Amino acid sequence: MNKPAKADKRVSMKEAIAECVHDSASIAIEGFTGFICFAAGHEIIRQGRRDLTLMRMTPDLIYDQMIAAGTTRKLIFSYMGNPGVGSLYCIRRAVEKDVPRPLELEEYSHYGMVGRYAAGAARMPFFPLRSYLGTDMLDANPLIKVIDDPYGGGKIAVVPPLNPDVAILHAQRADRQGNTQLWGLLGMQKEVAFASQRVIVVVEEIVDESVIRADPNRTLIPGLIVDAVVHEPYGAYPSYVQGYYDRDNEAYIAWDKLSQDHNAVKAWLDEWVYGLENHAAYVRKLGESYLARLKPEPLVAAPVDYGRYR
Amino acid sequence: MSERAYSASEMMIVTAAHMLQGARTVFVGVGLPNIACNLARRTVAPDIELIYESGVYGARPERLPLSIGDPTLVSGATSVVSMADLFGLYLQRGLVEVALLGGAQIDRYGNLNTTVIGDYRKPKTRLPGSGGACEIATNAQRSFMIMRLKRRAFVDKLDFITSPGHLTGGDSRARLGIPGAGPEMVITDMGLLNFANAEREMQLCALYPGGSADQVQAEVGWPLRSAAKIDSVDPPSTEELRLIREEIDPAGMYR
Repeated sequence: MNKPAKADKRVSMKEAIAECVHDSASIAIEGFTGFICFAAGHEIIRQGRRDLTLMRMTPDLIYDQMIAAGTTRKLIFSYMGNPGVGSLYCIRRAVEKDVPRPLELEEYSHYGMVGRYAAGAARMPFFPLRSYLGTDMLDANPLIKVIDDPYGGGKIAVVPPLNPDVAILHAQRADRQGNTQLWGLLGMQKEVAFASQRVIVVVEEIVDESVIRADPNRTLIPGLIVDAVVHEPYGAYPSYVQGYYDRDNEAYIAWDKLSQDHNAVKAWLDEWVYGLENHAAYVRKLGESYLARLKPEPLVAAPVDYGRYR
Repeated sequence: MSERAYSASEMMIVTAAHMLQGARTVFVGVGLPNIACNLARRTVAPDIELIYESGVYGARPERLPLSIGDPTLVSGATSVVSMADLFGLYLQRGLVEVALLGGAQIDRYGNLNTTVIGDYRKPKTRLPGSGGACEIATNAQRSFMIMRLKRRAFVDKLDFITSPGHLTGGDSRARLGIPGAGPEMVITDMGLLNFANAEREMQLCALYPGGSADQVQAEVGWPLRSAAKIDSVDPPSTEELRLIREEIDPAGMYR
């Protein structure tokens, strides 16, 4: 069912999370090692949500932090590491030692997760893929099944659709209705957006509708399926946003050390999440000059001519 | 104190790069494989296209990627596609000639474990899991592994099969209908191991300068087979070392 048209869907992060993310909900904060909306994850921690099912191909630091804060009952994922750095110690503590609470895992490969989102997006009963045969992934997760190709092509693995209650997706820009443009790694965000019941887009910039209409090929998510638009500069810090900022790799390396101790994580959450009112305060605490060094040199594409046909 | 002219990592990188001679496409991971593929493109495989699971075809990274989703892979690339397209249209379609893989554990048939040490439900160590490895090992036309020889990594029995190699050996892989040809070579820090026998069982086939078959066997948890002839592998050239040290990995992150 389509959502009613609304000229202006802009809300604060606080309002978006309060309205869309409830206890026991299933949440996908997606983006493949970049465009990761830390601002939303931190607000969910601040608002004290519990018993969430978190979905994300690469849980990354944000889910490590959310799981350490006790928000989560279950994790659906395909690669559980601190990308390019090492382990996610908070998630490992939950899995290996039940700290701060037990965590149920449901695991796939990357293509399996992509396929689940794609099936969810198109409202299909399953997604077939060439993977998993001969592996223990099938025993680890009974939801991955092997069926006979009905056209006689032999055995094929299938995964079920994944339809999160809420998708939270970060991008460079959107208009007030939520028509969202993203460039760089497209990941699985389009599929996640169409798969989810509700969609929150979080952007570096709000632009006029005419900016979107001038370059329609770049619109990944239409406002038609968007519930809320949050303007949150540096909302994906410390991960990457193409053309806007680099990953703060020192933060990723520092987390590798800090996260090995649950009490150090609690102190970090007190200082950087609970102790701050919102993401703007987080950005102020980091400081403009600290963040400015993450800005890449410009590398501008040649303009394209869509032509005017009338 | 005498200093070696090159490190074990550099030897692995250069040897892996040589294996890519003539290849058109390679599926690249971060770390050593990334350096090897970028070195190959500048030396033995000038036409090679680098494919990354994050959705990049024809990458020309200007720095070592911090992670597989680093925007340096996007800037200057031939094409950036969704991950559904990357895994479906590039990998599963069969366009990936060579993949470079690794893992916490490997067995004699080249099956890989990147999931758990110990029992799956109550693991001693929880590892990252598959990522794209399961479908890469399934669909790439050829697979090479880059792994340091260690007794805890080269094991008689895997704790978990994450990615398929030659499964139980022989034609067991083909009988299951798995598309790619499977593991071809394991590039280690002492020498090379291939699977060129009817059982598709790992065998020592080449040694680096200074290495011995006994040293290799000491780090392998089963009686390792040996090829009829053990080749020797040339050390890195001065130009290859210069490219690695000055252009590809100037900070020495992987030396």
